[in-house]
Amino acid sequence: MQFFFEVLIGGLLSGVMYSFVALGFVLIYKASGVFNFAQGAMVFFAALTFVGIQEMGAPFWLALILAFGAMVLLGMATERIVLRPLVNQPHITLFMATIGLTFFVEGLAQGIWGSTVRGLDLGIQDEPIEWLMDKAGILVSSFDLFAAGVAAALVTLLALFFQYTRVGRALRAVADDHQAALSIGIPLQNIWRIVWAVAGFVALVAGLLWGARNGVQFALTFTALKALPVLILGGFTSVPGAIVGGLIIGSTEKLAEVYLGGYVGGGIDSWFPYVMALAFLLVRPEGLFGEKHIDRV
Amino acid sequence: MKVKTIALLVAAAASAGVSGSVLAQAKEQFIGLPSYRVGPYAAGGSGIYGGWIDYMTLVNERDGGINGVKLTWEECETEYNNARGVECYERLKKKGATGNTTFQPLSTGITYSVLDKVAQDKIPMVTIGYGRTDAADGRVFPWVFPMITTYWSQATGMVKYIGQKEGGLDKLKGKKIVYLYHDSAFGKEGIPVLEKQAAKHGFNLKTIPVAHPGNEQQSQWLTIRQEKPDWVILWGWGVMNPTALKAAAKTGFPREKMVGVWWSGAEEDTVPAGDAAKGFTAAGFNVAGTNYPVVKAIQDNVYKKNKGNMEDKSRVGSIYYNRGVVHGIITVEAIRVAQEKFGKGKPLTAEQARWGFEHLHIDAKRLKELGAEGFMPDLAITCADHEGSGKVKFQQWDGKAWKVVSDWVDADKEMVRPMIEESAGKYAKEKGLTLRDCAKEG
Repeated sequence: MQFFFEVLIGGLLSGVMYSFVALGFVLIYKASGVFNFAQGAMVFFAALTFVGIQEMGAPFWLALILAFGAMVLLGMATERIVLRPLVNQPHITLFMATIGLTFFVEGLAQGIWGSTVRGLDLGIQDEPIEWLMDKAGILVSSFDLFAAGVAAALVTLLALFFQYTRVGRALRAVADDHQAALSIGIPLQNIWRIVWAVAGFVALVAGLLWGARNGVQFALTFTALKALPVLILGGFTSVPGAIVGGLIIGSTEKLAEVYLGGYVGGGIDSWFPYVMALAFLLVRPEGLFGEKHIDRV
Repeated sequence: MKVKTIALLVAAAASAGVSGSVLAQAKEQFIGLPSYRVGPYAAGGSGIYGGWIDYMTLVNERDGGINGVKLTWEECETEYNNARGVECYERLKKKGATGNTTFQPLSTGITYSVLDKVAQDKIPMVTIGYGRTDAADGRVFPWVFPMITTYWSQATGMVKYIGQKEGGLDKLKGKKIVYLYHDSAFGKEGIPVLEKQAAKHGFNLKTIPVAHPGNEQQSQWLTIRQEKPDWVILWGWGVMNPTALKAAAKTGFPREKMVGVWWSGAEEDTVPAGDAAKGFTAAGFNVAGTNYPVVKAIQDNVYKKNKGNMEDKSRVGSIYYNRGVVHGIITVEAIRVAQEKFGKGKPLTAEQARWGFEHLHIDAKRLKELGAEGFMPDLAITCADHEGSGKVKFQQWDGKAWKVVSDWVDADKEMVRPMIEESAGKYAKEKGLTLRDCAKEG
């Protein structure tokens, strides 16, 4: 039983890491109805920019601010060059544009900062907490707990932002209908710029945490693969959904790998979350917290 | 008269130019490089191809080429993608006065994609440390050279090393070894030979796959914690490696009891893991460091003249960089051997170069002459044996650099060679190939 809880807790905390990436998708989808395929590339770009600036001698906070600045610039350029010319185009067109953006951002990051794999030390030990180990015999990493704390803070901030600020409300209006939002005077371009900047910030946080764990390297772009089932489960438009979805996916994939993996040759944690998400789609297509879409026919 | 003289002079100059360029062309040996410097595996690609290019620059700058034949090359970006690899193969194969000398894609996927093509086009494909293990049987695969050490040889070398650490191979009886592998053809490559090794030496083998890309291994390492193995063999690639090292630290598994495949044993695998990588040991057919005459020669003759290929000069002497130098040495030496037969100072066709690869002997004396003593193992390729060595050295990460902790460890050839011949024999049967009679070829 102790092992079961160890796997469960480890899975829940891994799920938090997936949620960080999922949050970036949710923000952009919520504001523009665009599934931003480039979110993984943005995570990579943000982390590489941060480490690159640090290598030039900048201290942590300056590197953080400058990297965030770079993400804001990237977001603004995306709005101006990619999204603005495509306003009112079908969603699939915007989606295709973000696929192109993915390759561009990946190439841009490696073009500027090179392809060398870098380490990233945030000063937080990724080792088991000793007293928990002594008391309960369960391994819980202090790094994972830190990540969970950051996630909780980030979700609270974003939830408050969407619910109680003018920009947040405007953002939701834009997500519902671009043209209707424009007709009542909501500045679409500004909203998109803001939301891409916020998504850039979330990508930076995700990049720092994933980068500290596995190194800053191209593989950071693959973190997006872990976020997709989280989105299907939690709903594409819900910030809390991204967190809850992450927790469910993280814990079930770990339990499945440990307890079922052996029967089918192992390595099932790559596809099991997708199977689960697909099964969930059959029951609740909008996800756990997603908005139910009703069309008048 | 004046016009005639000028015309004659122009004609003479033009013909001199033409013959000069023909001569220059004739004195060049073209090497097509299907490199990858962007994309997911750019760190490895830029290091290996960088080292290889630097070695060829050294040969041109210091020696004036191979017996006067200058090496020329052109890179084609594959991004480690099979389709692009095939495109690069086609694009490069007819370049240069005598065509592409050799194709070395640094990708098992691309290797499989062009396996039949190289035989049709008669271009030798050299796959150092990757590709099809059974291609070591030159009777079935005359155009493929998985040189120095195949995955199977390496796996047996790892078991020997673990045996040494335990005080002898007989001490492995009853021990438990976990094989944590990348869930791909590359990762599964080690399983059959390790199963045989387990049966031979009496240890228990537990195989645990990690799905690509391997950036999350919580469940695998909790399972390892429960299994309580004596050793873990890490057969990883890319982000899977630092993730495994970090997860090992998190679950309290000693890194000193982890032995990695050579694709787990570069700075790119350990630096991102920080302190968690300290004590981790990996196999390799080349060592790290700049303290070898061949690397010093590159620094003196190439980098001091600002002709180096590496943008980040601190990577000179890294595992991947030095692996590139090994690629350079093998390619250059094979051309040198082939020139001995087909004409010193003459550019070779790919078919002639193949003969050079198949008769390549780099013994201890030659390694010393090359400034590569201890840098790579000696090797002797024959018609039947396209591997030629099977040796590996083990290096341990001390937190800052790789330190050599063993001598060259031989493979269990008695076990590996029959496996290679059996597998190659099946391939030959499937394809309806007739085995070469090496006794007749000499």
